[in-house]
Amino acid sequence: MTSRRLVVGLLTALLLASTFGVGPATAQLLINGAGATFPYPIYSKWFDEYAKISQRVNFNYQSIGSGGGIRQITARTVDFGATDGPMTDEQLKSAPGELFHIPTVVGAVVVTYNLPGNPKLRFTPEILADIFFGKITKWNDARIKDVNPGANLPDQPIVVVHRSDGSGTTYIWVDYLAKVSPQWEQKVGRGTSVKWPAGLGGKGNEGVAGQVKNTPGALGYVELAYAIKNNLPAASIRNQAGRFVEPTITSTTSAAAAAAAEMPSDFRVSLTNAPGRDAYPIASFTWLLVYREQPDEVKGKAIVNFLWWAAHDGQKYAADLLYAPLPAPVVKQIEAKLRQVAYQGRPLLAAQ
Amino acid sequence: MAVVFGRAGGAGTATPTIPPLVGARRARRRFGDRGFREITRAAGLSLVVMVAGMAAVMVHAAWPSLRRFGWAFITTSNWDPVAEQFGALPFIFGTLVSSLLALLLAVPLGLGAAIYLSELAPRAVRPPVTFLIELLAAIPSVVYGLWGIFVLAPWLRTWVQPALGHTLGFLPLFQGPPYGVGMLAAGLILAIMIVPFITAVSREVLLAVPRTQREAALALGATGWETTRVAVLRYGRSGLIGAILLGLGRALGETMAVTMLIGNRPEISFSLFVPGYTMASVIANEFTEATSDLYLGALIEVGLLLLVLTLAVNGMARLLVWSVGRGPTVVRE
Repeated sequence: MTSRRLVVGLLTALLLASTFGVGPATAQLLINGAGATFPYPIYSKWFDEYAKISQRVNFNYQSIGSGGGIRQITARTVDFGATDGPMTDEQLKSAPGELFHIPTVVGAVVVTYNLPGNPKLRFTPEILADIFFGKITKWNDARIKDVNPGANLPDQPIVVVHRSDGSGTTYIWVDYLAKVSPQWEQKVGRGTSVKWPAGLGGKGNEGVAGQVKNTPGALGYVELAYAIKNNLPAASIRNQAGRFVEPTITSTTSAAAAAAAEMPSDFRVSLTNAPGRDAYPIASFTWLLVYREQPDEVKGKAIVNFLWWAAHDGQKYAADLLYAPLPAPVVKQIEAKLRQVAYQGRPLLAAQ
Repeated sequence: MAVVFGRAGGAGTATPTIPPLVGARRARRRFGDRGFREITRAAGLSLVVMVAGMAAVMVHAAWPSLRRFGWAFITTSNWDPVAEQFGALPFIFGTLVSSLLALLLAVPLGLGAAIYLSELAPRAVRPPVTFLIELLAAIPSVVYGLWGIFVLAPWLRTWVQPALGHTLGFLPLFQGPPYGVGMLAAGLILAIMIVPFITAVSREVLLAVPRTQREAALALGATGWETTRVAVLRYGRSGLIGAILLGLGRALGETMAVTMLIGNRPEISFSLFVPGYTMASVIANEFTEATSDLYLGALIEVGLLLLVLTLAVNGMARLLVWSVGRGPTVVRE
């Protein structure tokens, strides 16, 4: 924790030094952002690549969590924020100006487990909700057996593991459970931290994964990217169309494409339990937050140009880092949105 | 006087018999003394201001929660960020139990090691062992936490907890399914983390006991153990209590390793196998994503409670040291 902060601090200092160190002839622009940790790998890749194209612009991004990102952009202490869960109407109202949510990539959350031999398992939404309610307590429960014929399910307690720290991953997960289980919506609800009816808490993806790996009979949820990179088993989940879908980058993009049809103009849409034959049901956009009315013309221009680049050229870096790219119709909608970002009423986006 | 103490006096630049110069030097010294006094006073006062300022800022930030929940905050156990209902009792319970468990395990070990190192160990053994123990204090807590997750917790789950459950399972302390992580794991990791503090400080205290104490006891015919008990430990007891409380203070505030091992479930249970939650852990876990003022206020109030708890522990420590220190120091046996 401290060492990461130290590294971030040193990087900031370096960035600042490089910004002020050079002469006015090559004056550089430092754009500050803060927020979600989940998209941090792709964002840092983007800032890196973008700095090569546009020599003048440097980004400084602090991955302090979605909540912190929302607080800081509302207080205008950063030039852009980032969040994994959309801001509520109340939060938007308390901001000093109109805030845009700009989707950047799509992520997914997977169910991982630890059983002898790690067989490929399938779950229905109802089973998952009941496991997390603590109602299904054994692996050889008749309902789990029903959807997994042939799998070797031991007579062992299910040790539920959830995130203990507030996180966007948790938000996506409980948003899904709330959609598929009215009881979950009523008793637990949605949030980056909730009152869990059952289970142990692990800190971060690595905490949950470590706990699952070390506990026979454990079951938990982690980000798709984290599960793939660490070779964790990931369950197939039955989607709205009734098919069991494996979590992959393709099935995650399908979820986004399916939801794009009914995309609201402010992009605040939940992709969980999305319709569509091949849609993986536990997916979500992650957003950057920018003010419609930019307070600084030069910075504002740099931000919209970057966002334009991220929605087009930047998408090719997504798959390597195990995020799903934005579906084409959503990119079109983002283009329209970016044209509205303005400085003193004049649009900032150069003709593309 | 000036001749004796003045630094320039011997340099030959001034003759001490000339009154005006002596006066000037005196004035300068008085000025220097006053400056020094003012600077150190400012340093001392700024600490007080800092603590008071911190408390004031925390009370201000915690105000929404203080006003909304009042005493219920520390007497109820419902912690529900979605419904914005906050009761911190399980966290207070977890902090106290894990720290006391750590003390229970670490005090005999730490004191024993200190006594061995200062009284019994051969000279050649002392430096390397002392160095190794102090090295333990330098390991970052996140490393302890990782070791705990990957080594300690599986070991507890597969060996220690089943064995304890079989033999002592009739006690409520050792009931429930073995998860590995939980109150027992947190207490153990805390004990390992505070042992070096207790040992290092206790050793210094014991080394400071005058040799004559030991010699007197030996001269009266005391055995080695009696000498240590009567002449050394009793002489240094206020320092030893200070060492233990330093360990306790560290255990109360330790965050990272505990968060990784305690299981993070706000539950009050007598069983050491059951997961718990501490005050420092809940702040570390939930602070980054707390968006509403009330939620943030509740977390800051937890921090405020931790501050009060630490102050209370320190106050009690002072009282204990004071009452022990006042007791007769003569050996009556």
